[in-house]
Amino acid sequence: MSRFTLHALAVGVATASLSLSAQAATEISWWHAMGGQLGEILEEMTEEFNASQDDYHVTPSYRGTYTETMTGAIAAFRANEQPHILQVFEVGTGTMMNAKGAIYPVYELMEAHGRAFDNEAFLPAVVGYYTDTNGNMLSFPFNSSTPIMYYNRDMFEEAGLDPEQPPETWEEVADFSRQIVESGAASCGFTTSWPSWVMLENFSAWHNVPLGTLENGFGGMETEFTFNNELVARHWDNLHDWQEEGVFKWGGPGSGPDSEPMFYSQDCAIFFGSSASRADVAANSEFEVGFGMQPYYDDVDGAPQNSIIGGATLWALQGHSDEEYEAVAAFFEYLSQPEVQAQWHQQTGYLPITQAAWDLSKEQGYYDENPGADISLKQMTLNEPTENSKGLRFGNFVQIRDIISEEMEAVMTGDKSGQEAADDAVERGNDLLRDFEAANQ
Amino acid sequence: MLFIDAYIYSPFAELPMQTKRMTYPGRFLPYALLAPQVIVTLIFFIWPAGQALYQSLLREDAFGLKTTFVGLENFARLFRDGSYLNSLSVTAVFAIGTTLLSMTVALLMASTVNRMIRSRSTYTTLLVWPYAIAPALAGVLWWFIFNPSIGIVPYMLEMVGYRWNHRNSGSDAMLLVIFAAAWKQISYNFLFFLAGLQSIPQSLIEAASIDGASPTKRFWTIIFPLLTPTTFFLLVVNVVYAMFDTFAIIHATTAGGPAQATNILVYKVYADGFVGLNLGSSAAQSVILMVIVVALTMIQFRFIERRVNY
Repeated sequence: MSRFTLHALAVGVATASLSLSAQAATEISWWHAMGGQLGEILEEMTEEFNASQDDYHVTPSYRGTYTETMTGAIAAFRANEQPHILQVFEVGTGTMMNAKGAIYPVYELMEAHGRAFDNEAFLPAVVGYYTDTNGNMLSFPFNSSTPIMYYNRDMFEEAGLDPEQPPETWEEVADFSRQIVESGAASCGFTTSWPSWVMLENFSAWHNVPLGTLENGFGGMETEFTFNNELVARHWDNLHDWQEEGVFKWGGPGSGPDSEPMFYSQDCAIFFGSSASRADVAANSEFEVGFGMQPYYDDVDGAPQNSIIGGATLWALQGHSDEEYEAVAAFFEYLSQPEVQAQWHQQTGYLPITQAAWDLSKEQGYYDENPGADISLKQMTLNEPTENSKGLRFGNFVQIRDIISEEMEAVMTGDKSGQEAADDAVERGNDLLRDFEAANQ
Repeated sequence: MLFIDAYIYSPFAELPMQTKRMTYPGRFLPYALLAPQVIVTLIFFIWPAGQALYQSLLREDAFGLKTTFVGLENFARLFRDGSYLNSLSVTAVFAIGTTLLSMTVALLMASTVNRMIRSRSTYTTLLVWPYAIAPALAGVLWWFIFNPSIGIVPYMLEMVGYRWNHRNSGSDAMLLVIFAAAWKQISYNFLFFLAGLQSIPQSLIEAASIDGASPTKRFWTIIFPLLTPTTFFLLVVNVVYAMFDTFAIIHATTAGGPAQATNILVYKVYADGFVGLNLGSSAAQSVILMVIVVALTMIQFRFIERRVNY
């Protein structure tokens, strides 16, 4: 090659690569805890965002369970290797909100980058859970769920029950279960996942009974637990008695890992789980599934009130460049569009976070085609939230939830009565609350 | 010239120590040869241990943004905490159970295999396989075997009338983890016992049987005393194994439950530190655990070694 050609070639390549790097998208990383079906749907959604524009690229990364993801991110933060976006479950809210040097509050982030972020657009129950005392949203609501009742319609028919009529009160749940077990359709009536979330936290909100002082912790870190009341003790004793009868089967502490398999294998006819288990339930059940609201004790005033949310939100972490936060803001704006929200809600069973997304789903006729898909929404908006049903905000709640489900387990094994277990859970929980208060002064 | 004394400790030898002296011309080479090991020890043992000691004196929030020096407060709180005292007793039961079970079974197997001539190597190979399995996998295997819904052992136990459920019963859970942990360690103990048995001179045993000693008497008066160096060594190793290396088995089977029935010290360190995000308490617990194991080892060396016949 002549010298001229060589030089020309070199300049050409250099210019080409220059323009390529100028078009290189800003990379941001997102650590999440969505495995299985949910993870696939999440990745599809992220791909759609990446394909829709050239400036930003989000890389989602599955990091294990909610606890593992949060612990991993905290360790990464200490080593200055933290991601841009982190999905933290609702019980980690207390810890995240108090980590002022680690988080970049979402309302500040969106304002700084000129993106719209209106509290009013979100569902009140969601906003209430994640705002600080000044009404500012610190994290971005992404996947909120609430526990609902899934039941095996085929088994109801077999046992002589009407598959269109799910039980509404706890007495009915027990009666229906007895009928199912006696008829031989199944060996157990009902089971539950996430026992603390379903059988204490939501149970209390649904019956308008407080979990702790200071509006369940929203009012400050000096909060104390008060859930060792008669109603909770009675319910836990009932669960024990029902287990002795064969009406109820304990699905394990923590996330209740044995419960879902028992429902899919048609061991149990009724299953209490997150509304977001809908995708998994649809994929794994070889029978007709019915959906119902949580049951209540009809001798309690004020029940049913409204249910509280579980699930997670997205937090932006400190320590990155302005350009990267620009990308984060753009991604959050994309996620809050009604079409994106509506699709996420319909595919997963998580609640549509915005009113607009809910309206869009109604317009699309989604709820007509999928009866029971709006049970979670109906539960959440049944009544205006009271101070007992806005949600909860306790520090160290990851550990406290484990303690609660451990104490519940002691009731199931017959080691403790419901009242004793609740008292012990309150005592141990209060210790941890005081720890949290001291560590975050 | 630099002299380096290398002490070679052999549990099977009848001589206690053999001293070998190596001479090196020049000063650089010996230090260079030692350097990798020293560096690894410093980075992976001394540094984290020092960090743990330091962190045990602090109280921090999860992210490390607010740190307060609290002295020995973390330690004091642990000893006031009912669940920590429970963990101490659970660990004691677990360590003793695992050590006894694995050493007894291993000795039994080694004595039996020792009598075989042609099939000895086959049996040895097969009995060594469990040692190669990762502890977490061993835990999962036993989880399946003992699973209350689908496991084979609960099915057989139900036929004799016992409903096994390690999710509800603390004692069932403890039995499960002891079996799983002991099973893994049997292979290791077996190998050492077999080697120890083979180093016992046949003439002694023959002389004893000529004198009319029964097999049991032969075992307890001749074979076992001559095995004491091996037994002592394995005792130390097994206790350390039970206290530290069993984390994966607990994590894969019972996760410390039900209701803290299998929450051994090393698992509690993880649960409090990484799940509960209470790093100060977790560091204090690991310091205490280290002190316990060091003390146990020192006791073993001081008191039990005296009874070892070399």
